[in-house]
Amino acid sequence: MDTESLMLSLELAAGSGQGLSPDRRAALLTSLLLVKRDYRYNRVLFWGRILGIVADYYIAQGLAEDQLAPRKTLYSLNCMEWSLLPPATEEMAAQVATVKGRFMGDPSHEYEQTEFQKMSSEGEKPFEEDVVVQVKEETRLVSVIDQIDKAVAIIPRGAFFKTPYGPVHVNRTFEGLPLSEAKKLSSYFHFREPVSLKNKTLLEKADLDPSLDFLDSLEYDIPKGSWSIQLERGNSLVVLRSLLWPGLTFFHTPRTRNHGYIYVGTGEKNMDLPFML
Amino acid sequence: MGDPSEPPSGQYSNRRSFQASSQRGSQEASQSQDAIPEALPQMLLGQQRGSQGVPAGLPQADIRRSLGAELPEDEVWQMSQTFQAAEAAMGLMEHPELPLGFQTHAYLPDGRTLAGEHTTNLMLQQLQQGQAGLLQQLESTYRPRGSSFWSHFDSYQREDQHFKPETQHSPYPRDDPGTPWLSLSEQGFLCYSPEVPEPQPRDLAVQNAKAYLLQTSVSSDLSLYEHLVNLLTKILNQRPEDPLSILESLNRTTQWEWFHRKLDTLRDEPEMQPTYEMAEKQKALFIRGSGDREQDMEEEVADTAVPNIMEAAFHLEQAGVGLSAEESFRIYLALKQLVEQQPVHTCRFWGKILGLRRSYLVAEVEFREGEEEGEEEEGEELLEGAEALEPPGGEEEGEEDEEKVADAVPKPQWKPPPAVPKEESRTGANKYLYFVCAEPGRQWARLPHVTPAQIVCARKIRKFFTGHLDAPVVSYPPFPGNEANYLRAQIARISAATHISPLGFYQFGEEEGDEEDEGGAGRDSFEENPDFEGIPVLELVDSLANWVHHAQHILPQGRCTWVNPLQKTDEEEELGEEEEKGDEGPEEVEQEVGPPLLTPLSEDAEIMNMAPWTTRLSCSLCPQYSVAVVRSNLWPGAYAFASGKKFENLYIGWGHKYSPDNFNPALPAPVQQEYASGPEITEMSDPTVEEEQALRAAQEQALAATEEEEEDEEEEEDEDLDD
Repeated sequence: MDTESLMLSLELAAGSGQGLSPDRRAALLTSLLLVKRDYRYNRVLFWGRILGIVADYYIAQGLAEDQLAPRKTLYSLNCMEWSLLPPATEEMAAQVATVKGRFMGDPSHEYEQTEFQKMSSEGEKPFEEDVVVQVKEETRLVSVIDQIDKAVAIIPRGAFFKTPYGPVHVNRTFEGLPLSEAKKLSSYFHFREPVSLKNKTLLEKADLDPSLDFLDSLEYDIPKGSWSIQLERGNSLVVLRSLLWPGLTFFHTPRTRNHGYIYVGTGEKNMDLPFML
Repeated sequence: MGDPSEPPSGQYSNRRSFQASSQRGSQEASQSQDAIPEALPQMLLGQQRGSQGVPAGLPQADIRRSLGAELPEDEVWQMSQTFQAAEAAMGLMEHPELPLGFQTHAYLPDGRTLAGEHTTNLMLQQLQQGQAGLLQQLESTYRPRGSSFWSHFDSYQREDQHFKPETQHSPYPRDDPGTPWLSLSEQGFLCYSPEVPEPQPRDLAVQNAKAYLLQTSVSSDLSLYEHLVNLLTKILNQRPEDPLSILESLNRTTQWEWFHRKLDTLRDEPEMQPTYEMAEKQKALFIRGSGDREQDMEEEVADTAVPNIMEAAFHLEQAGVGLSAEESFRIYLALKQLVEQQPVHTCRFWGKILGLRRSYLVAEVEFREGEEEGEEEEGEELLEGAEALEPPGGEEEGEEDEEKVADAVPKPQWKPPPAVPKEESRTGANKYLYFVCAEPGRQWARLPHVTPAQIVCARKIRKFFTGHLDAPVVSYPPFPGNEANYLRAQIARISAATHISPLGFYQFGEEEGDEEDEGGAGRDSFEENPDFEGIPVLELVDSLANWVHHAQHILPQGRCTWVNPLQKTDEEEELGEEEEKGDEGPEEVEQEVGPPLLTPLSEDAEIMNMAPWTTRLSCSLCPQYSVAVVRSNLWPGAYAFASGKKFENLYIGWGHKYSPDNFNPALPAPVQQEYASGPEITEMSDPTVEEEQALRAAQEQALAATEEEEEDEEEEEDEDLDD
């Protein structure tokens, strides 16, 4: 959620039950302003909170002018001092894939994973050995945030538009989705580089507007039904909750410009989703 | 004219061309409008510098000085009028007597756009029936015509107002096409002159261009010209920042608005209908009941079953948990409504369970003593009826051999395990009654009591709630009930696992102030400790031993108090004598024991080397005023806070237990054993053809042998007779 409308956004997202305490909110308002100044970001988003055993991580993201450019992620333990996280790589994802369980809350905590690795010394047959690999919690944090962003960060259709030169900008004339559109999954897009756009048939592409429909929509997400879309507050607020990463809440007030998402959860993917639907 | 006049005009024209070229890039008149005040001082400066005595700026300067402080607005207004006039002029294709010369000047070859000051001069020139040459035009405007100049302006203004279709609050015409928008042609031509100069080739080109622009589009009645006018007026009205960057969006929006005019105000929009209905329902919450106001107030203040939800919500908000304050207030009102409708002794807001399509707000309620629960019994009967049908179904198996109808069908030897009886109301897992509703303002629905079988099954499955109470729960093992039962079972599990209170808040009834458990298996009631003095927040956070469970643990059987299922009741004893032979199950079932009531949290089992509870201080910056918050790691979404003598539990979440391993669905039951094969049901194989032939041959041989013997005998007899 945008820091400029932080208070309103937190209240709109409060339907999921998790929010921030007043002291954290106050701290965020000041500290994120300073972050924006220091790092020269165009927009700063408060991404959410990952609950750990000992402490919680508060995550913020900074965006440049081009909204689809890689975002910079920062984390903090007390909402005041922010540290930049390294960008996510595929190696990190591979390392982290085996780590299970909750986050500790200590960035320097190391998870010990035993892996089978085939070692071959010269001239002898390859044999398997147990190697203890240590994965730092920071790595896991980076990777999990990246996975969540790629999987479930969403924006309503029309909130961003693509200029002919390539960069994606915030659409200042976005008036909000009408109520009839707000209940459909096809009105929401993934906030990341499109993956399946090219696979659409020509007939489908003909109906698209190239300046607005340049991202993947939620309609074709696998597994089907991994989004829960609800109207709260007497139909005046649309809330989408992800079932794949429970804790991600997206809210939008139809016909207004308010929209945003926040993740408050344990940072674990819900692998049991197919059983639960 | 003569030479002296050329340089100044040249200078002037240079300056103008500079301005014009700067304006050439943008189509927006706003910039031209901004350029006007700049142009004037420039011209003034130019005049001072270029001491040619060409009082080009004088008329404007005159205007400025004479109008004083009101100049900017009026000037702008004048500029706008001229602009409007220019537009109106341009729109009037059907009035060829319009000053075409005026238009010519607008499209001068050096690209002069309709700069305001330019048009002012041109208008003046027009009114004064100017000539074709540029220099002459300038010359004529430079003549300071005091009164005549002003009179022309006045007449100009009056004419303008005379032709306005409506009073305008802003200088610009409205840009929303909702109201019948008079086309440009009808807005009135603001100036006309009796004499019209002859059309020139340039004019023809202009007319052709305009005709092209005014072509209506094939798919709609909108022409490009009108659309551009709409777009520009919209931009001028709204004055967004950096309009060039949002030009495309504005373009799309203008087009869209043209075709989606706002409906009239008498009818409501159909798609907002459900929203308004919900708002009406919620409005009903806020209206106080009828009756004596004073009496009601006193009664309400004195004794109300509804707890102080706002206070609990405030404390939980310190911990970062809970719904927003407005929602909490609506929930309070909804609970008040519930209390009025049902005979409620105490009630509490239990929490919120999220669902796929709707969510559930859950209220934990205790009825007054002696209240009958009529609905409950109907539900029980239905369930029991269903269960009774199941065992006889097993007896219909075994229709194997139609040939052996005479034989008795073998009876199955499988008997369903005896059902564990459910707990009585107000005890164990059914201690409280639960009501749910989807949103405050809607009707509260009561959840049925939970049976042990449902709890046992709920432990094995993991399903999302859809939000509708009558939805079926499709799972393996099949859940005995629908979503209402599943919801109730989960609520029971969550309550049993996560309802905690500070040590000492509750105590056992008999011993006052004595916390030790003596034979705790039998205790299931507690009461508030009147001498509870509160534990300091820091201690609550440091040690989990300061918190205790005050809800009974549910045994693996599905109940809180153990019941031996094989214990025969009076009814079953009669049947038991007949079926004693079939008793295969183990006779002895171990008694299940769970942790007693009021066990501290430090005794809870760990999950994967991780403590099952996390404690936090709500605010580390002000520890003296913060609350202690405990969060469950086993049931994510369960929170409890304590501060001083107050505490509260709340659950907001999806309603599932946390498991570090992936969910493994229950495997299907092993294949049933086949009936023991014995000679009576073993299928005999039919004899083959050779065997049959061999048999027949053997029979014939035997037959032949007997016939021979008979013949022999007959022969012997005959022989005997012969002798």
